[in-house]
Order: sequence, then C-alpha cells, then structure tokens
Amino acid sequence: MKIDFKHNQSAHCENGVVSNLLKHNGHDISEPMVFGIGSGLFFVYIPFLKVNYAPVISFRPMPGLIFKRFSKRLKIKVKHYKFRDEKKAQIALDAELKNNNPVGLQVGVYNLTYFPDEYRFHFNAHNMVVYGKNDDTYLISDPVMEKVTTLTEKELGKVRFAKGAFAPKGHMYYPINYPEKLELEKAIKKGIKSTCRDMLAPIPIVGVKGIRKVARLIRKWPIKLGVKKANHYLGQIVRMQEEIGTGGGGFRFIYGAFLEEASVILNNPKLKELSYEITEIGDLWRDFALDASRIYKNRSSQEDGYKKVADKLVIIADKEENFFKKLKKAI
Amino acid sequence: MRKKDVPQDKSNLESASFKELCYALDENGEYVTANSSGWDPKTIALNNAIQEINERIEKAKTRVLNHQTSPVEYYMELHKMDITILASYVGMWSWRVKRHFKPSVFKKLSTKILNKYATVFDISIAQLKNIESDK
Repeated sequence: MKIDFKHNQSAHCENGVVSNLLKHNGHDISEPMVFGIGSGLFFVYIPFLKVNYAPVISFRPMPGLIFKRFSKRLKIKVKHYKFRDEKKAQIALDAELKNNNPVGLQVGVYNLTYFPDEYRFHFNAHNMVVYGKNDDTYLISDPVMEKVTTLTEKELGKVRFAKGAFAPKGHMYYPINYPEKLELEKAIKKGIKSTCRDMLAPIPIVGVKGIRKVARLIRKWPIKLGVKKANHYLGQIVRMQEEIGTGGGGFRFIYGAFLEEASVILNNPKLKELSYEITEIGDLWRDFALDASRIYKNRSSQEDGYKKVADKLVIIADKEENFFKKLKKAI
Repeated sequence: MRKKDVPQDKSNLESASFKELCYALDENGEYVTANSSGWDPKTIALNNAIQEINERIEKAKTRVLNHQTSPVEYYMELHKMDITILASYVGMWSWRVKRHFKPSVFKKLSTKILNKYATVFDISIAQLKNIESDK
C-alpha cells in the first residue's frame, strides 16, 4: 500500500518532517516557518558532554524541542508513541499505514543503509516519514534526501530501536488535531521572542555569551591540549555548524528565510532588513569555518591561526548580540 | 549566502548521489532553496574525523594483538562506538563492559555474554574471539 504523500527535501530533518506532514494535511507551512516558530536557532557549549571525543557545541536546541514548541504555539495536537517491544512497534506502524496515515518516526542514523558510510554516526535523533509498505519494504520519505527511499522491515526495526543517547525507543508521531485557523502571527512573535531570550541569556555557556566563551577556549586549546586535539575540537565545531541539517552557517540562513516570510505575514518591513542582517552574520560563520578548515587541513600549529579564528568568533558574537537586541525591539 | 555562491565542491555525498539543500538569496534579494554537492571546509572536517576513527581502530587492533586489550574494544572502535553506547546496546553497566576489555576477563566470559557482543557487532563468536578470523 502506498499513501499519496508529497516528498519535499529540506535542510534539517526535524523541520522537514513537520513541514511535510502539515502539507499533507493541507497546511502549507514551509521549513523555515517551522524552524522559526519552534525557536530552532540556538547556541550552547556543553563542556561535560562529549560526542565523538570532543565537547558538545550545538547550534540547535534539544532534539524534539523545535517540534514541541511549534505545535504548542500553533495549538496543534500531536500524538506520540514509544514502545518497548520491537514487534509491537511494527504492528502499530502498520496499522497507521493501513489507515492511510503517514507517520513521523525518530530513528538512529548509524544503521541507515541509504546514507553514505561517512555520515553514519551514532546519532539517534534523526527524523523521517513512513508513507507506505510493499510486502516487507517500507516506503520512506527522509527529508534530507533529494528523493524518497525504502528500508526493509529488519532495517527499519534496527534504526527505530537504536541505543545510546536519545534512544528513539520506536518513537512514532503524527498530528491528530488542528485548530480551525492556524494563528501564525501570534506564534511567529512568540517564536522570535523566545529565540531572542535564549541568545541573549545571561548564562555563560548559552547564546552570545556561549560563543564568546568558545572563542576564549579556542585561544587556549593549542597550548592546553596540543595541536592534534585542538584541531579535532575545531573540526567538530565546523561539523556541528555546517553538516547536513543546518542549511549552512549554523542555521543562520534558514533563519533569514524565516524572517523574510515573517515580514510579509506580520507586514513588518523591519524584519526583512533583519533577514539581510542575519544572512550577513551567516556569511561570517561560513568565513569562520573556512579559516578553521585551513588550520586543521595543514595539521600544523599556527598559534596566530587559532587567535585569528577566535577573533572572528568574537566579532560574530558582538554582531549577534546587536542583532537579537534589534530583533526583540522589532516585534 | 548568495545563490551563485552555493558551493558545488566534491564531497562524500557523491557516493550516495544526492545533494543537500541550502537556503540562499537570489538576484532579487529573496530567499530560495538551492542544492549543494558539498563544501571543502566541511569535507575536510569530516575526513579528519574519519581518519581519527581509523587511527583509533588501528591502535585498538595492535593492542589486541599484543594482548593488552580484548577484541571487544577493537569491535567497539570499528563500530564508531564508545563505552556508553556499547553498554546500552548490550544492556550492561559501563564498568562491566570496561572490565571485559581485560584479556584475562574476556577469556572467561560465558557464551551467553559473548553472544550478546557478537549480536551487536553482527559477527560470529569465532570472529569475536579472534579479530583476524573471517568466519
């Protein structure tokens, strides 16, 4: 069986699944809109949490949070299921498909056979839509892929029950109830306010202050950790910032697209100006990644190289502080 | 980022023949989506990370062959895991998994425990006991 489901590619999996499920239900909400209303733009440095042997630096909030805020702010009811038993999880999924209901699934990336090997890490908060089943093969719409794909029963079972941090436990979800009219204006304002609050938070590891903190650390890394580790850490930042999912520049360009859309909906030209401004800041993040890559490409110790990228981050932090203050006032 | 500047560098995405989606400004200053085949700075970052993992695997292999650690550690590295991830896959405490790295402890493990590891790594018990065996 195959549900008539339209696959749209997106930059980020969580926004993409939400946007595609909503479009399926007749609500034309773009990926940037989901991202903006769900307050997806973020920055946090978590020194005590290590991923891939480097401290976590994230440009987004906790997995699932964007969707949660988005649905709450638009008063959309979403049904979530988690399972202990793999067999029961499959039966529940098959029942939904039989009801002509495409569902979102949270899965682990490591065993996703259609991903290039190099991208298969133990990351458990990937999202996809299942929109049908032929014999023992599921039809999959993975929003980061250009085209739809498939997974066998066994393969899907494996990724739904991946283990480790954020283990999906068969997590399945779909919207069940929409309000009569989606009140975008209110939701957009709430989303923007919450992002400004996060980015300007008086917490040393969050938002603008977090960026400054990381800049200070980068200066110390080559001396404190040695070149090899310093380069590994620096590479990790660039990967979190640019790897599949962020749409480039640590989500700043998606946010620019959101502000552009928001300026039309709210009839507020100021937001369009700010959309350009965050785009320029996104370009600075790209410059930072480019300079950082020059350092770890040569695997050499250029101490002034680290200083230079750290200086860039400080400039970015200053610009973002200014930007989010203006954004807060604009709405 | 302008649409014309969306990078089209060679990358690891090529092997799966897909391009990722980016957001960029077009000539009229409006946001549009554009596909990118990859960008060198991040390809280098990814390749460095993979090289790092390969070095870890090689190191673990040498240590297994020198009887300094058990094959469990080698297979853990091979599957890009760390102790926490492996522990949650086999359903044991981290300290227990860590203990199984000791060759003397590993030698005495029951078939039941060995089976747990073999299932997670998708290999036979013979392969688990001898990392150079291919059956």
